[in-house]
Parts: sequence; C-alpha cells; structure tokens
Amino acid sequence: MTSATSAHSVVEPTATTRRFAGSLVVLYAIITMIPLVWIMLTAFKSPDDAISYPPKVLFKPSLEGFCNLFTTRSRQTPEFIRSLGPPQGMCDEIARSRNMVVAGPSNYVPRFVNSLIIAFGSTVLAVALGTLSAYGFSRFRVPLKDDLLFFILSTRMMPPIAVAIPIYLMYRTIGLSDTRLGMILLYTSVNVSLAVWLLKGFIDEIPREYEEAAMIDGYTRFQAFVKVVLPQATTGIAATAIFCLIFAWNEYAFAVLLTSGNAQTAPPFIPIIIGEGGQDWPAVAAGTTLFLIPIVVFTVLLRKHLLRGITFGAVRK
Amino acid sequence: MAQIKVEALDKSFGDFHAVKSASFTVEDGQFLCLLGPSGCGKTTTLRMIAGLELPTAGTIRLDGEDVTMNRASARDIAFVFQLFALYPHMNVRQNIGFPLKCEGMGAAERDRRVVEAARILRISHLLDRSVSGLAGGDRQRVALGRAIVRKPKCFLMDEPLGALDTEMREAMIHELRALHDRLGATTVYVTHDQLEAMAMADRIAVMNNGVVEQVASPRDIYDRPASLFVADFIGSPPMNFLPFRGGLQTGAEAIRLGERDVAIPPAREAMAESELVLGVRPEHVRFTDRGMVRGEVYGTEYLGTTQIVTVTTSYGALKARSPSSRSFRTGETVGLDFRPDTLSIFDKASGRAIRTALHEGAAHG
Repeated sequence: MTSATSAHSVVEPTATTRRFAGSLVVLYAIITMIPLVWIMLTAFKSPDDAISYPPKVLFKPSLEGFCNLFTTRSRQTPEFIRSLGPPQGMCDEIARSRNMVVAGPSNYVPRFVNSLIIAFGSTVLAVALGTLSAYGFSRFRVPLKDDLLFFILSTRMMPPIAVAIPIYLMYRTIGLSDTRLGMILLYTSVNVSLAVWLLKGFIDEIPREYEEAAMIDGYTRFQAFVKVVLPQATTGIAATAIFCLIFAWNEYAFAVLLTSGNAQTAPPFIPIIIGEGGQDWPAVAAGTTLFLIPIVVFTVLLRKHLLRGITFGAVRK
Repeated sequence: MAQIKVEALDKSFGDFHAVKSASFTVEDGQFLCLLGPSGCGKTTTLRMIAGLELPTAGTIRLDGEDVTMNRASARDIAFVFQLFALYPHMNVRQNIGFPLKCEGMGAAERDRRVVEAARILRISHLLDRSVSGLAGGDRQRVALGRAIVRKPKCFLMDEPLGALDTEMREAMIHELRALHDRLGATTVYVTHDQLEAMAMADRIAVMNNGVVEQVASPRDIYDRPASLFVADFIGSPPMNFLPFRGGLQTGAEAIRLGERDVAIPPAREAMAESELVLGVRPEHVRFTDRGMVRGEVYGTEYLGTTQIVTVTTSYGALKARSPSSRSFRTGETVGLDFRPDTLSIFDKASGRAIRTALHEGAAHG
C-alpha cells in the first residue's frame, strides 16, 4: 500500500498520528532509561564524583567502583604500604592510592551465583510445573476446574510479604531458612500461579487436533504433549520464563528476611556495600550494573518469542 | 483394510445426549458418509470410532475385533481433520512421515513411503516446503498423505473439505473419490454437505439429534427416504409435504387428499386413521390443467436448464421443478399432478415412512 492510499484509509493511522505515537514512545523510553543510565554512569565514577553536588555529567572514568565491589580492603599506614612490594593488579594500585591494601575478595560473586541458581532454578521449576498443569487444565475435564484456577490465581492477590513471617517461622522449623532450596521453592510457588495462567492461555490456543492427530498416528498422550504441543508452545513458555525470571531475579523482601550468610542473593547484598565513610555508591552502582546483565542477555535471547508471546491471542492470523 | 461395525453406540456429555444408540456397518472397502446438520452427533460418532472419545455404551468392531475401549494409536486407523492439523514446526516431508516415525520405521523405508504417498497425491514438488506456506488444497493433500502413508485399516475424515473454497472443494471431491477407488480403503467421511455425500459415498448414514435416521445408498436416501427428516434434509429444494388425515389398508393404491383420490405406490402395511404426510419431490410435480391440486404461482427461481416454481395451494407453498423453457406468470392459476410411483407417505407423529411398493426396490439394511 502506498502512503497516498493509506492516508485515506479509515483503519490505517495517518502519518501524523504515527509520528505523534512514535515520539511518545521515544519520550517514554528516555524517561525510563534515565535512572538506568545514571546508575551505569555512577558505576564508573570515583567516590568523590559520585556524591558531588551539582551532579557531574562529565567526569574522569574510573574502575574504582568495580574494584571496591569485588574486594575488601583494609586501611594501612603509608609506611606499611611503602614497605610492601609493587602493587598486584589495578585494584591494588587504586587501593594503595587511598592508603589501603586489598585484603581479599568480597561476597559479591557468591551472592551473584546464589542469585543465578535460585532465579534460574525457580524459573525452570515454575515453568515446568506451570506447563504441565496448564495443559491439564486446558485439555481435561478437571473437577472444580474454575474454582481451582481461581484458587491458584488468588495466591497472587495478597502482597507476598504478608505471609513473610509465617514462612519465616515455617522455614526455621523445617530447616529451609537461608538455603538455596528454600528460596527456589518459595519463588517457584509464587511464580507457578502466573505460569499456569499465562500458559493455559497459550495452550488453549493450540488446536487439540494436533495432539489427536499424533495420538492416532501412534503416540501416547504424553509423547504427543512433548513432541507436538511443547514445540508449538515455545512462544508462551519463553514469555512465561522471562516474567518468572524477572520476578525471581529482582525479589528483595523475602531475600532480606529469609537469607543471610549461605543463600543470600544479590539484591539484599548490593545496597549494603559500605565503603569508608558511608555507602560506597560507585560500588553499589557497579554491582547493580553487573546484576542487570544476565536478565538483559536472557531477554535478548528470547526477545523474538517475547514479542510474539505478548501479542499472541490478541492478534491471530 | 477392514470392516467397521458400530453397534448401539451411545455418548453423553453430562446432560447432553450426543449420540443415541447409533448402529451401522461399513463393509470392507466401502465409502460411508455420515451426513447431518451441525450438532447431530456425526463428528462425535466418528471420534468414537477413532478412539478420540470413549462411548458411554455400545461397541465398535474393526474386522470383528472389539476395539471400543482401545487407545486411538492401537486401532490402526487414520484420521483427517477439518483444519488439517499439520504440525507447523515440520515441513511437508516430515508431516507425511510422522506416523511412520511414531511406529519407529527406519529413515530409508520411511522416505520411500513418503515419496510414494506424495506421488499418489501429486505433491512431490512440495515435499521440502514448509506447511505454513501451502494453499488450502495442498494442505489437505498433505493431511491425506499423512493418512495414506501408513496404509491403515480405514480412513476417518471429519469434514476435510469444509475449510476449502467452492472451486477447490469440487476438485477435491473427485480427487478423494478417485483416491478411494484406487486404494479401496474403508472410509468414513463426515460432512454436512449433501452434495459431497451424494457425489462420493457408496452409502450414506443420515443423522439427526444423535439418531441414525437412515443408512442407504445415495439413490435410496433420495428416492426412498425413511423419515420426514431425511426427506426434508436431502434435496434442494427439499421434498414437498402435504399433510392430510386418513388411514391406509394394506394394498391400498390411493389416498384421499381433500376431495380427490391421489394414486400412491401400493401400501405394504396398514395404518389406522391418523395424521399423515404425503411427500413429493419437486421434480415429480407436473403441471396439468386437470391437476388434483390447484394453486397460484407465487414466484420462480431460474436455475439454468430448470426452474423452481413456487405455487401457493391450500396445502401451503409447493415447489415444482419445471424446464426453463416454460414460462409462468406470477398469480397465474395452475393445476398440479404428482407422479404416483414416486410418492412417499409418512406418519406425522413418528416421522417414519410408511412401507409401500416404493421401498421394494430399496436395498435392505
């Protein structure tokens, strides 16, 4: 269709409307990006630049924030520092310029690993359970189906923190507090309701004929589910996985309450990175920036599915 | 290939009684159409034969073996769906070969069979295409390929041409029948389109409200309908019905319609005085000045070689088929006569056709 005819079309938006809508989207994108850009800039500032007022937009980039994020340091007398050998690596050099020496690695890496294990573990579990139950709800005559579905959804209706204290007490009694397994189970149970509802919508859209054809052709129902339904549900599964992962990755309240030493995830750890004389903002910002990477990578990998997944059902060819 | 025997099949979904004691037999190599309006239970019956639904009561035998409760995959049947149900994540070759892969057949033998099936259906050039880019007719050929590749005991088809446009449907009707003649496979074909059923079937089972009303050849279904429903459902325009009150003696050769006697095929059963219906096909209505029924021409529908003339009479509007060469004026008074040997008589209360000499030529069963 040429632009001349589309200008007269009743259903097609006009060029002006399209430009207006486009600029709104760009504006919104910029507004939402500002905090993110600020954090990324702060990660590369020196501690002094980070707290200077008015805020510096132009500054001399420094990796001190990243060094402080990954190391612990101790203050020493200049004489002691001079008595040491040449600095070992860049971070040691930066530390010595502030009259400190690197004492050892910080807890950031183990916390980050905890986050990865707990978030991906609970996502896999929630999506797997969600897919199976969504298929069951979609295809079988389940007694009290509507009530069960409502019950599953109703677990999302209260703020999760409302049950934090009972869960804390339960976990302490059964020995799940401050364990990765405990956190995986907790995030799974929160996410599984979302997964069931999202995936039921997707599976409802897949015609039953596909499985029926496969069952007539010699598969059992489970084989038909794995070989025929799952490949067609990948879009929905990808979209659901992203939502579940984002929740589990960012979750803060339960993580603060239920984890401390062993299973602590990155979100409760990052804000309490203390430097000399208070919050070490460049280190906090560096931790946050790195913390964003896995979810960005995961989303970019699945973005094709995500876009189709969100519009699926609303627009069908 | 196999004989399919359906005995007293019943299916309820909760309070809804979808199929009521359906019985029929499809002989080895026969093409049976299950024909009826939507919601009549024809698809449910087919799905029970396939094993996609389990019957509430009754039995299904394939070659004498009771398969009523067997899994679909254990029945060795092929099913063609209305919406094709081609797996979108596989190409044409993989789709056709899928049933063989399920059986665990080796790749070489599988490919040989796929190529052969594609050749029969003339889709060899499409084998490596994605199914999503195919036209409707080609999709249906791929679906048929998936059915024939396994050489199953029988084919079950659920309105396979329903999603095609008219032109393609015409072509596929002939292709399907030719395929059937070539493979000789027992086929059960569900449709709501009487033209499809008439054109393809060896035998037609007409269903209504879950009941099998009549199982017979297309000719018998048309000429000797077993019930008011069949007479009304088959034929375009449908049979004319003239209600009257009367009784019948065995051997009676006429009925009293108003003040006149109307000759009928000799009755083979007696009927006490009750509400009856005389049925006459539009093509068996003749225009004659000395006709036994008189009425006014209401309008005509031109159909090319013939025309349908609607005549308002004291029995309601009657439709007559007449050569297009004859012209009618709206409002003109005409006399109508019926060809006696073709008339059907029905009991209005039960809808059942009363046995007359008309039925003597009919195949029994």
